[in-house]
Amino acid sequence: MSLVEFSEMARLFMTPVAIGLMLVGLFFLFVAAVGVLRLPDVFTRSHAVSLTDSLGALFLLGGLAIYQGFSTNLIKILIVLVLLYLLNPVIAHATVRSALRCGLKPWSREDA
Amino acid sequence: MFFLFVLTTIVFLIGAYLYRVLRGPTVFDRVLGLNGISTKAIILLVVMGAYFERVDMFVDISTGYALLNIVGSLAIAKYLEERGEVF
Repeated sequence: MSLVEFSEMARLFMTPVAIGLMLVGLFFLFVAAVGVLRLPDVFTRSHAVSLTDSLGALFLLGGLAIYQGFSTNLIKILIVLVLLYLLNPVIAHATVRSALRCGLKPWSREDA
Repeated sequence: MFFLFVLTTIVFLIGAYLYRVLRGPTVFDRVLGLNGISTKAIILLVVMGAYFERVDMFVDISTGYALLNIVGSLAIAKYLEERGEVF
């Protein structure tokens, strides 16, 4: 079996896996959007924006990278993913720290 | 066709973040919402590249967008921290 045939077979096999991963990523992005709408506070909303959003991006971009097969595009998508994972927590941390230093009180059960 | 479905779903999800940006009680909610919209835009660009089968071009644009996003958001957050008041 030549390398091209092997690559074709791998692509055929990997396409359902990629579609499943992207659907899981869409689910996590949906959960993050619900959290942004429903949570009561900046500090709680930052969980939805930074954590759940990053997980959804991991699944979606990972599915896309698998769908591309072994090529330059896979490396580029992985670079975007690494960049996203480096930058997203930093931004969330800076925002939440500035909110805390400006004197915002975190939400507690008594405020409900 | 599947990529079109993903694109429309992400665009509808941006509406939730847009609501938070327009209606956020404090300015920090707005900054967080903008950060979420930027993340969605990065994902949207890569999926759009897969839809048009030009991933090699669109991924470069999304990398630049990610770098612009961190500079803007960090500048806003640092400015608000130095200012030190909630409004």
